[in-house]
Parts: sequence; C-alpha cells; structure tokens
Amino acid sequence: MTSEQSSKSSSRNGSNHLLKRVWYSTSVPVFAVLLALLIGAIILLVSGADPLQAYAALIKGSFGNTEALSRTLQKTTPLIFSGLAVAFAFKAGLFNIGAQGQLLFGAIVAAVLGFGIHGLPAVLHASLALLGGAFAGALFGAIPGALKTYTGAHEVITTIMLNYIAINITDYLADGPWKDMTPGNIVARTPKILDTARIPSVAGLPLGFLIALIFSVVTWWLLRKTTIGFEIRTVGLNPNAAKYAGIKVAKTIILTMVLSGLLAGIGGAIETQGVVGRYQPGFNTGLGFDGITIALLGKTNPIGVIPAALIVGAMKAGSSQMQFSAGVAKEITDVIQALILFFVAADMIVRWLLRIRAAEEEKVTLSTGWGQQ
Amino acid sequence: MYDLRTAAPWKYFFRRWKGVFIGGIIIFLVIIFSYIKNSAVTEAVLASAVRQSTPLILGALCGLLGERAAVINIGIEGQMLLAAFVGFLFNVWTGNLFLAVLAGVGMGALLGLLLAFMSVTLKIDQIIGGTVINIIAIGLTGYFYKVGMTTKGKLQPIPLGPLAKIPIIGTVLFNNPPITYAAIVLVFLVHYILFHTRWGLRTRAVGEHPRAADTLGINVYFMRYMNVIAGGAIAGLGGVFLTLEAVGSFERVMTNGRGFVALAVMIFGKWTPLGSWGAALLFGLTSAIQTQLQFGGKVNIPHQFIGMLPYLLTIVVLAGLGGRARPPAADGIPYEKE
Amino acid sequence: MNETFALEVKNITKRFPGVLANDRVDFNLRKGEIHALLGENGAGKSTLMNVIYGLYTPDDGEIFINNQKVEIHNPHDAIHAGIGMVHQHFMLVPVFTVVENIILGSEITKRTYLDLNTASKKVKQLSHDYGLVVDPDAVVEDLPVGIQQRVEIVKALFRDAKILVLDEPTAVLTPQEVEDLFVVMRNLTERGVSIVFITHKLKEVLEIADRITVMRRGKVVGTTTPSETSEAKLAEMMVGREVLLQVEKAPAIPGDVVIKVSDLVIKDERDLVVVKDVSFDIRAGEILGVAGVQGNGQTELVETLTGLRQAESGTITINGTIMPFQNPRVMIEAGIAHIPEDRMKHGLVLPYSVADNLVLCTYYRPPFARGIERNIRSVYDNSERLIEQFDIRTPSPLVSAGTLSGGNQQKVIVARELSRENHLLIANQPTRGLDVGSIEYIHKRLIEMRDSGIAVLLVSAELDEIKSLADRIIVMYQGNIVATVDADKISRSELGLLMAGSQVANIPSLN
Repeated sequence: MTSEQSSKSSSRNGSNHLLKRVWYSTSVPVFAVLLALLIGAIILLVSGADPLQAYAALIKGSFGNTEALSRTLQKTTPLIFSGLAVAFAFKAGLFNIGAQGQLLFGAIVAAVLGFGIHGLPAVLHASLALLGGAFAGALFGAIPGALKTYTGAHEVITTIMLNYIAINITDYLADGPWKDMTPGNIVARTPKILDTARIPSVAGLPLGFLIALIFSVVTWWLLRKTTIGFEIRTVGLNPNAAKYAGIKVAKTIILTMVLSGLLAGIGGAIETQGVVGRYQPGFNTGLGFDGITIALLGKTNPIGVIPAALIVGAMKAGSSQMQFSAGVAKEITDVIQALILFFVAADMIVRWLLRIRAAEEEKVTLSTGWGQQ
Repeated sequence: MYDLRTAAPWKYFFRRWKGVFIGGIIIFLVIIFSYIKNSAVTEAVLASAVRQSTPLILGALCGLLGERAAVINIGIEGQMLLAAFVGFLFNVWTGNLFLAVLAGVGMGALLGLLLAFMSVTLKIDQIIGGTVINIIAIGLTGYFYKVGMTTKGKLQPIPLGPLAKIPIIGTVLFNNPPITYAAIVLVFLVHYILFHTRWGLRTRAVGEHPRAADTLGINVYFMRYMNVIAGGAIAGLGGVFLTLEAVGSFERVMTNGRGFVALAVMIFGKWTPLGSWGAALLFGLTSAIQTQLQFGGKVNIPHQFIGMLPYLLTIVVLAGLGGRARPPAADGIPYEKE
Repeated sequence: MNETFALEVKNITKRFPGVLANDRVDFNLRKGEIHALLGENGAGKSTLMNVIYGLYTPDDGEIFINNQKVEIHNPHDAIHAGIGMVHQHFMLVPVFTVVENIILGSEITKRTYLDLNTASKKVKQLSHDYGLVVDPDAVVEDLPVGIQQRVEIVKALFRDAKILVLDEPTAVLTPQEVEDLFVVMRNLTERGVSIVFITHKLKEVLEIADRITVMRRGKVVGTTTPSETSEAKLAEMMVGREVLLQVEKAPAIPGDVVIKVSDLVIKDERDLVVVKDVSFDIRAGEILGVAGVQGNGQTELVETLTGLRQAESGTITINGTIMPFQNPRVMIEAGIAHIPEDRMKHGLVLPYSVADNLVLCTYYRPPFARGIERNIRSVYDNSERLIEQFDIRTPSPLVSAGTLSGGNQQKVIVARELSRENHLLIANQPTRGLDVGSIEYIHKRLIEMRDSGIAVLLVSAELDEIKSLADRIIVMYQGNIVATVDADKISRSELGLLMAGSQVANIPSLN
C-alpha cells in the first residue's frame, strides 16, 4: 500500500477514528471513577451510612449552587497545578512524589512576599508573589533532579524525604521568623497577606482557575509542539536513544524537575493567594499526593488533568457538606481517590470489564532500580 | 573485579564492606567514650536505637524479599500503616495482644498479596502500584479511625534472664519487647533462607534472570507472589510494632515515612539482611540521638531541624551509594512469559 | 519403517498475532545424530524448539519421545522427558557461580540446607566424563562466552538430558571455539546424546550435521544430508529463490582521509581497559571493516567514535579537526552517520511515529523546527519522502515504529542516517537479525555510500559480511588491533585465526 492510498483511507474513516480514539482514551478514567464510587458506596454501607444520601450531599456541596461551584473551582485550581507537576515529570520517566514539598515552598514564599512587601499595585504584587512561589518550587524541584543525575539517587525516595524536610522547614518558618505576631495568636502561621497580593474571584470565578487553564494549555504546547518537549519525551521513552540523538539527558532531567517543581510551586502560591490567604502548616497537606491521582486519571495529558482535578476538587469542596448533612467522615473521599488511582493504574481490569483493547499510546516506564540511570 | 573474587573470601568480604567496617569502628569508639562519660544516658540512647531500628529493619526485610524476587515495594509505608491500624483495632476490640499482632501481620500479608497481584499479574508499573497501597492505607485508616479509641495495654520488655544483666549489651540487646526480638531473629532467618536454601537460590534467580529460572521449570510468578506476601507480613509486624509495642495507640499517618526510610536502609545494606540490620541500627542511632537532643534540652536548635535528621541522612546515604550499589538485575521489571 | 526416534514432532502449528510461526511442521531426530535445523531469522526454528521445550504451547500437533507420545506444557515436563536446551541468549544468572547455575531448579539439599559441596563434586564428575572443563566455583559473569556455553551444556547433562537442542550456538564464538564446540558435539553423540543444531550458517551445517532440515516461513521445506546438497542449494531452499552469495562491487577509489583515530584508550563500566592504543584512518570512498568476535572492544570503540562514551586518552580527528569526547551532537554535526548495534536500545524510540523517528537526530534544525517550535508539517513531509525513497513498508508515517517488522525498522534507521549530509558512516552489525532480502538491501546501500565518496566503518561479527564488503580490514582481539590487511589478500580461515588471537607472523600469506 502506498502512502497516498493509506492517507485516503485514513481520512475516509477520520470521524469514526476520532470517536474511537476519544472512547479509548476516556473510557478507562470514566469507568475507574464510577467503579471507585461504587466500591466507596459499599464501604459506606458497611460502615452504616447511606451512600445515596452521602453522594447527593457531596454533589450538592460541590455543584449545588454558584457558591458551591465557586468553592469547587477554588479547590480545583491548586490541584490542576500539582497534577500538571506530576504529569510533566512523568513524561521524562520521573516520578515526582515531591510535588507536595515543592508546593509547600511555593505557598510559604508567596505568603512571605504577600505580607512582607508593601506599597505595590495589586497586579504587580500578586504577580510577584506568584513568581516567587514558582521560583521557590522550581528551586526545590531542582534538588532531586540534580541528585538523580549526579549521584544516581532515585527520585522517588529523595522526593519523599524532601517532602518531610519541606514540612519541617516550613513549620519552622511559620513558627519562627515569619510567625504571625498578632496578639492572641498562638498557632504556627504567617500573617495574612495583603489584599494587593490576593488573587481574587471575579463574579464567583476564581482568577487562579483561569491561570491554571492557561498553564495546562502552555504545558501541553511545550510537550507536544516544541523541541524541548520532544527532548523530554524522548528521554522518558528511551534514554539511550535520547543520548544517541545528541540530547543531553542529564540537563533534560534537571530541567524537567525544575519545571515540574515550578508548576507545583505555582499551585502552592495560588493556594496561599487565592484560597487560604496566608501560610498555615497543615492546610496544604495531601495536595501533592492528590497530584499523582490526578495526573494518572488525566492519563498524564496536561489537558486531561483539568477534568481529573475537577473531580477531585469537587470531592474536596463537597466533603464538608457531606459530613454535615449525611454524617459521613470526610476521609471517605481519600478512600475513593485511592480506589480511582487503583482502577486507573490497573486499567487492565477496566478494559476487561468493558471488553476494549488497549489504545495505541506512548507509555512511559518509570525508571526502575535504585542506583541506575 | 576478577582478582577480587579469587582472593581469599574474607579479604573480598572486607573490601566489599570496607566503609561499613570503618564506620562501625568509629561508632564503637564513640559509644565507649560516651559510656565512660555518662553510662546511663549512653545505655538509654543505645537501647532506644535498637528499638527505633526495629520498624526500619522489618521494613527493609520486606523490601529486600520483594526486590530479591524483582518486585520493588514502595508501598511498605502503607503496609505498615494499615497493619498498625488493624493491630490497634483488634487490640481495642479483643484486648488480646497476640491476636492483635496476628491481625496486623495478616493485614500486611494481604497488602503484599495486593501488591503482587498488581505488579506480577496485572504488570502495573511497580512504583505506581506501591503508591496505590500508600494512598489506600492513608484513606482507609483516616476514614475508620475514630478519636477516643483506647487500647488495652501494650507489649512489655522481656528480660532474658542472666543475659540481661551484662553491662551495656544486656540492657541494649537482651531486655527488649517481643517484636524487637522477633526482628533480630528474622534478620538471621531471612539471611539463612536467602543464601542457604533452595527457596533463596530460586528467589535470587528470579530476581536476577527470571527467564533462566523459567526455563529450568521454576514458577517465576509463584516465587514473586510468595516473597512479596512474606515481605508484606514482615512489614505488617513492623506496623504493629508502632501501635502495640512502641506507642500503645494509633495516630493518623503515624508511620511518618519509616517505610520509605526502610528502603534506603535496604539499599545501604546492599540488599542483604545483615547489611540492612547494620544500616537500620545506624538510622536507629540517629533517631535515638535526635530524641535525646530534643528532650535532653541541652542544645538550643529548633526541633524541626533535629526532626529532619533521619530524612537528610537517607538522602545522603542514597546520594553516596546511588551509583555503586547494585540492585538485582531484573528489579522492577514485570516478567512476560512469552 | 518402524524406526525409534529420539524425538519426533508431527503437525506442529503455532500462531502469534498476525503470524503463522509454525505451519504443520514435522520433524524427527534419530538417536545419536546431529540434525541441523536451518533457516533464516524468523523462519520458525526457534519457535519450534520453544514448543518442544514447553516454553510455547502449540495450537496443534503432537510430540513423541522414543515413539511414546508426551505432553509438554512447561520446561519442567521437557526436562523430565530428557530434553535439554542451550538458548541463543544464555540462560545463566550472571552473579551466580557455575555450580549455583547448574543446580538451579534441581537443587541438592540436606534438610533445608543447600548442599553446594555435593553438587560441586557431581559437576566435576560430569565435566570429567564429557571433557567439558568448568570450575564450579567461578562466577559466571567473569567467564568468557565459550566457557559460559560449556556451563549451559553441563547444566543440561546434569539433568540427564538425552536430547540436546543448541539454538544458534556458534553466533557468539570465535572460529576456534566453534571447532572446539563441534568436537564436544561429536563427543556427546558418541555417548548417545542426540542433538538438534539450529543455525542459519550454511558452512557449519555442511561440516557437522548428519541430516539437515530447512525451514522457511514457518514451514519445513525439506530434509537432506550434507553429501546430497551444497551451499548454493541450501541457500535457495532457505530463501526460496536464487541467492547471490557474493556482493558485487567495483574496486574502491579512496580519496582524502576523513577520520583519523590515534592511540585511543577506552575503559568500560567496570573500569577495565577494553580498547588499547588503537589507531587507524579511513579515507573517503572506502569501507574499513572491523573484524572480531563480539566483546573484543568493538562496541566501546564505536560508542567513543559516535560520542556516546568517554575515552581515557587519544584523539579522534575528523576532516582535520580534533573532536571532543562524549558529545553525540557534535559528532552528528560533523557529518557522522551511525547505524547502531542495538536498534531497539539506541536506534529507535519505538512508541514514536515513523515520522518522529526519522528526525530523531535533526528535530532541532530547520526546517523541522523554528526556534523551539517544531514544524510538524515538514517532519511529516520529510517522512513521506524518505518512506518512498528507502522503500519502508509502513501503513502510514504516523504509526509507531514499534509496529514495523525488524527489517523495516532497520530501514527507518538507515533512511534517517543516510539522508543527512555525511562524511562518515559507522555501521555496527547493520544486518544482525534481518532476513536475506533486507541484508541484500543494506549491503547495496553501504556500497552506494562508499561509491558516493563517503568513508564507511563497518563492524560485523559475520566473517562473510566483512570479507565481501570491506576494502580493508582491521582485526580486533582483546582491545588491540592485531592486524590491518587488504580484504582481497586474506582468506576466510586466516581471518578466523586472527580473530582467535593468532599472531600475524603465523599466517603465511601476510608475510
């Protein structure tokens, strides 16, 4: 068959083919979520709660009215960034479990720039704090990247260890030099950031969410349409071939971790500037781990990360309402998230249930072994 | 390399573990010195080091059993956490410590089975599989834990008769609660199994060259399943150590990264039980000194910086050894039969 | 005739997705004979033997041992039935000792304790009985390939194998080691062992086999004996058409020196010197062949020349400029094309499309990129052009390279490398694992490159390939260049002697 013939035949099946592709790539995540909700319902039943009532409250609390919707979008925003951070690193074959720590640094640096600098106009102040957070995240992300390239220390363990280190350092800062000294305050937290540093909502739509959407598209463009993205993906799929092609593997790994940390740092900064209004230890825990679920649920596609983050964000936004009106502990959403992750990762199970075969896709294998590159 | 192997075995052994020997001697001298200066504190710190090392060595044994059979277990943290919780629950419900330990170990084994299912049968990326277990454990323990549950007692030290009366060694080694003893026994047991039995030979073969093992009629999948499940049970023991022996109650995410530190311990110990034990004791000693500094109240460093020590040490160990340590050749790679 | 066969298979059929690997295959093995199974790569020889050894389950067919029907579902059954197999890629655990490897799966224990001493004694006894000397306590990864193969044979004998399947056993051996292996094989048949000898090398078959069965595209073409056939006839049976055993080429017209290598010293990962003071040069319009058994430093030499590996000392000069080490991009820019030894490992990103693979080394240059933005359109146009020019059989430029056949994957690499502006082509084992059609194609391209004035460095373990393509030959042995000779002044057997470490002084025609 000549190429001319083949291109004709592929255009004839074009629309059909596109539908098929959409089905192949979305069916597994969608059914993973449904299966997880089903099993979550069983757990609720076993522990004596009414699953229908609980889920109804969850939906009401996340999408029920404009206020709920706005809260959902707010919660979703940092999740998009942590999801992007994990997904981005994944493309280079790196598992950035350290998004959590990078995010904490982004959050606290944005806070210190937010309350420490006076007299700047709003747009400038907010951007500065955001950039500061991004930079802090990038710097903290560079560490595991450099450790991996220069010493061979596996990023999975170093990033987890760096998470604990980040918690300790940010705790220290929020309880020491940058502590809120307002009379009567005994908790470890920074002062409130100035209004000029806040990222506000406009008509119920958090501006941070728009920023997140823009970054999703930019990340997608970077990965798909640029030579840098080509280099990153080549390193992720076949580091030996990357080296052969003249790509500097060490540089690419560090760059990937820097950019991944940058995304996580922005997520932390937006959490501070758009949601919490200050840095307070314990307010951001879990965001980095949520990023893993979101990245995999979004099939490590920067655009796919958006709906994935929306699902997790909705669960977070609605969980209080669920706890209040159905009497179900909030943590059930963690269980459901874990189940989602399981079913997405174990896509074979879902495929078998749905009787669909694997889509032809670029599948990255994470680096195996501990000391080797 | 060749001449090294043909040299006398003890010479080869010494060269392979040179760093460990030198480090060991230095630590030994420091201990003697500090014992002369303050015997009570030194004994307390050393005893605490041994107990702090218990969950680490148990976690490391779990990790190395899996990795010797080529399954990377990044879910040790979750296995320990959920086992700790289940052990705690059984203690709350039944008041029977033995049953509670058994339940925790069983939970660990069950999670081992889950990991084996994901990585051996479903061939999911093993690092993601382990992460699934970690997140499931955080979710389930968070959901089912209710503040205010109280335990009915915890495991107490059992002095081993006259042995416990020997200065330093007695208090440090022979006056421990049961799981700490069990951990020490397990170190030698796993060593024996891994290097001196048919099971161990087959396990290592499956981890190094699964196809070779397959062509000799060894069931690669079975070996991997059994080792990962056994590892899970051992990690479970490490988990119940926390709730039933060390603390006596449960807290959310109480494992605090020990499962991950255990992996660094395993790598530092070059995937051997004895080496890992040494590494675990070193980590335990750091933790013990850290606790001593924190509550001894003599130094004025923010507690957060002292709290970072074990994690920093882990990174330093990994960075120092990363390039040189040699994991089993097939580590992390699912086996395809055809 | 009611003869008792050591092994007989009837009507074996094995399908893989999209391929009929074995199509109603019949095959039998007499007691104490060496029966060669001859065929191209992908003809179905290894599939058949994997069925017999229980690694594959056939879709249809029967297996008989001593005229008794047997069911073989896994290697365990095969071992039990007295079948031993020496795989092309050795099934040895590198970090285990010889004795550990031999007893694995058939361990000798005292209660639970692994009894290595008794096992060692038994291994020594076997070594002695069959003349296969191995040290039970040596660690396998430290042993030369020839000895490792011996360990594999002892491993089979340890399990009382009466039928031995040798899958491409000569591929990794020096001509000298091949002779040794043949002695061992005859020795074994005298002791009642029956041998299936799988190969694609015609000369070896004629030398050692009692009977020859030829397979092509999953089917048995016929069975013959060495006295009834010839190389040409066997080649025709294998390929299905007449094959030119000799490549046609005009005498070379060498021009200026393109690459000059001086006193290169290279170490491997284990910090051992694997290339020792190597110097040579290649002129435009000539092919320099590097002959040598695998593992004598060729891989490391090529990696250094292409910028993938650091050298300890020495220089590489291309068109008068001294090149830096360990910078593949600079080498590519200097006009080096590289067909790598392992196309899966280095040559291709299998999940990428054919189009992306075709720009793997040039993706950052115009017209394929402007600044950091890629020009996907021109990447696509480029691929359509090259697919046609190099006759790559692919349904579309957008399918992933992993879905192509081995021959077409190699064509993608060749197309990518030859379509650049080049001065030097480095081809390392360019035809390994390919079918005859693809081999002929690649040979033709190499000659074309030479005739268009490019310097070519050809590394190959196939003596015939080196002999027929190269204008000059350097022979590498243990990291040294032991001889530099004109290709038409040396015979095949002399080349073999040099590769096995003989001194030039001992070869009459070179003095």
